[in-house]
Amino acid sequence: MTAMLEVAGVSKNFSGLRALQEVSFNVPQGEIVGLIGPNGAGKTTCFNLIAGVFRADQGQVTLGGQRIDGWRADQVCRAGIGRTFQLVKPFAGLSVLENVIVGALKAAPKVGAARDIAESVIEQLGLGAKRDDAASSLTLPERKRLEVARALATQPRILLLDEVMAGLRPTEMDQMVKLFRELNAKTGLTILLIEHVMRAVMALSNRIVVLHHGQVISAGTPAQVTQDPAVLECYLGEEGV
Amino acid sequence: MMARLLADVPARALVMLGVFFAALCVIPLFANDYFITVLILILYFAFVGQAWNIMTGFAGQLSLGHALYVGLGAYAAAILYVKFGISPWIGLGASIVIAAAAGAVIGFLAFRFGVGGVYFAILTIAFAECARIGFDHWRWVGAASGLFLPVANYTQNDLWNLRGSPIMFYYVVLGMTVGAFVLCHALLRSRVGYYWLAIRESPEAAQALGIDIFRYKMYAVVLSAAMTSLSGVLFAFYYNNLFPEQVFHISRSIEFILGPIIGGIGTLFGPIVGAFVLTTLGESVEEVMRALGIDIPGIKQVFYGICLLLVVMFLPDGIWPPLRKRLGLDRKPRTPGKPK
Amino acid sequence: MRPEFCWGSCVPLEVILNVAASGLLTGLVYGLTSDWLSVIFGVVRVVNFAHGEMMTIAMYLAVILFSYYKLDPLLMMVPIAVVLFVFGYAIQHVLITPFINRPEHSQFILLVAIAIIMVNVLLIVFGPDAKSVQPAYAFDSFQIGTLILDATKVYAAAAAIIVAAALFGFFRFTLVGKAIRACADNYAGALVVGLDVKRLYALTFGLGAACVGAAGSMMTLLVDVTPPLGPAYTLLAFVIVITGGLGSMMGALVGGVLIGVTEALGGLLFTPSAKSMFAFGLLVLILLFRPQGIFGKRPT
Repeated sequence: MTAMLEVAGVSKNFSGLRALQEVSFNVPQGEIVGLIGPNGAGKTTCFNLIAGVFRADQGQVTLGGQRIDGWRADQVCRAGIGRTFQLVKPFAGLSVLENVIVGALKAAPKVGAARDIAESVIEQLGLGAKRDDAASSLTLPERKRLEVARALATQPRILLLDEVMAGLRPTEMDQMVKLFRELNAKTGLTILLIEHVMRAVMALSNRIVVLHHGQVISAGTPAQVTQDPAVLECYLGEEGV
Repeated sequence: MMARLLADVPARALVMLGVFFAALCVIPLFANDYFITVLILILYFAFVGQAWNIMTGFAGQLSLGHALYVGLGAYAAAILYVKFGISPWIGLGASIVIAAAAGAVIGFLAFRFGVGGVYFAILTIAFAECARIGFDHWRWVGAASGLFLPVANYTQNDLWNLRGSPIMFYYVVLGMTVGAFVLCHALLRSRVGYYWLAIRESPEAAQALGIDIFRYKMYAVVLSAAMTSLSGVLFAFYYNNLFPEQVFHISRSIEFILGPIIGGIGTLFGPIVGAFVLTTLGESVEEVMRALGIDIPGIKQVFYGICLLLVVMFLPDGIWPPLRKRLGLDRKPRTPGKPK
Repeated sequence: MRPEFCWGSCVPLEVILNVAASGLLTGLVYGLTSDWLSVIFGVVRVVNFAHGEMMTIAMYLAVILFSYYKLDPLLMMVPIAVVLFVFGYAIQHVLITPFINRPEHSQFILLVAIAIIMVNVLLIVFGPDAKSVQPAYAFDSFQIGTLILDATKVYAAAAAIIVAAALFGFFRFTLVGKAIRACADNYAGALVVGLDVKRLYALTFGLGAACVGAAGSMMTLLVDVTPPLGPAYTLLAFVIVITGGLGSMMGALVGGVLIGVTEALGGLLFTPSAKSMFAFGLLVLILLFRPQGIFGKRPT
């Protein structure tokens, strides 16, 4: 399987703080990869680097064979990466439908076609009833779904999900997991997700990459990773494992 | 295309708009000259307000220096007419190009270097002031003594050279305002409009959805500048004299923003409502003062300042949104709110 | 053969130095006025568009006190500062703090409205004619080598330095000063620690107004007062603050001096009425090449 996304030897410093050191991993096409690690491990920094918010100090990011490191966030999106934000950023003054239309306009420049895409994505995410409501009136779980809907509407080749499960009730979480599984199965959508909620990670991921202090300490199938002593150590501490 | 523009506009709104427009068309037949000049003033501010609204209300870039574009547009068309006898309808091409270029420069300086928010506003003020001082010293356009257009008598309306009675100017500015309104309406429904609103609400999220922030902000600034320059052309030919001190002055820039803010930034009809309410109230205040025999320069401005203060404090979205609700013209909460 | 500098017309070096020195002194006063603009923005995150207008009010107060009671503006610096302090505190408390959660644009426009009201009230009360102050030492001067410096400018500049030093000390060494800095650094943290943030904001604004009041008194020694001076000085103050770097007091002083000198030299070498264009030219250059200002921190 060719890799959809390749991160190779990426490093990033923030005024002396080594956020990422020589991070390398692949996201094969059509697979779901989970990126986990304790708080401060550098997961969101990694996302931001891939998505073009920051520039890496070293290393390369390749999407479908094309180098995208150093590109701006909007260029990266147009290349095929859709992302959500950990702290959701809805367009508060616009309605749910309009929020998603903004995303869909990347896939379909004409407003009519974009609206159609938006409507179908909204239905998929279960926000159909709220389509004309102002985004500011949504609850947090709904805003998270809106965030995902917007990113999906851009019809990305790979979807980057940043802790979309946080704050969701178990039933809502199961629905999200089901949705991503279906999207992945039916459309072959590649997904890279940052997640703390282990249940979701285990349920979704084909492979897992573990970050700690800005370095990859383990990578493999969920079964392999959960048994890796290095991983257990970083999550539970050195003693009492 | 008409059908698409009129889609999802509630029937009620169309009717009210139609009645309003019809009224505006026939008023000159009944009104006296004074009333018409007031209406011209109102529509002038409504037009500039809409142009300003594109930059600030739609794209979220606060401009306090729009007098720059009015002045550039005014001088460009006036010079071509006075020195070369070129009709303003052709001269406005030069106005648009020059104002658009100025807007592009300001936009480029600001957006390339991440100058936003309040800094951008200050940059706009600085450019307007530079223009004021610059034109004050530019002898070819009359410097501080001003530029004068030859005044014709009103017996004949010369539309081609914009020489004529107030009624002629009234219909010209009415046409401009309606044109601006239709344009803004179309823009809001287009890809550009959606992208502007997205940039206004959350530039980060907008970028993550593939929007080239620089490019779209530039579109807004250049379009706004170009539109505003047209009002400058009208200004020059209506008042027949141009003084840098007046045309480029920061008071003008502030006058332009009062209407949209009081009416409702970012809304379609806000600038028009704001212009009507503000100018009417302002003229009334002056009438009352005149009747009472009090002549205090600056009282109207204090009044405007207080209106602005009250609106910003208590009606931050402007007069129009709550009014619109009362009139039952609201679709579901879809409407663009205040800018960030 | 005396050294000369030629650009358009030839000007002797002496004159240039004199004018530059004069500009430097004026610039120090400019810098003081902008100091607190910087601080107010850094702490309260409000851009005080009524800055220049407040200073103009202080200037008129100084002029009145001088015209009617023959009180020297420099001596009146403190009382005027106190009056402005109360004024500023009240404005912040009544008009601004209740709307602290509004978006930046809203607050800015709020202050624009306040500025409009102030300027026009001044116009109504005092009329458009220029008013000035002529203290006893108005025509004195000091001579240092070939430099001839106006006594008024020297005294004003000295006062500016003293006040600026006092401000600096306030921030560094007093408890309140540190509390204000804490608010600026970390609003939520300050709340958690128990600082009454709203009161500190009002205090900051009030102190800023006091500072502007003091600067206004000094300014009467340098220029005549008219109501339109307000907006002109607001703009100048912003240019200075952006040039020097928002949030940096040293930057405001340096920026002030830079602008003072640029204006003075520009007025000399080109035309006096085009003075402010040079300030704007500097602004554009700064925005192009060092947008965070001379002393500002580069945003991450």
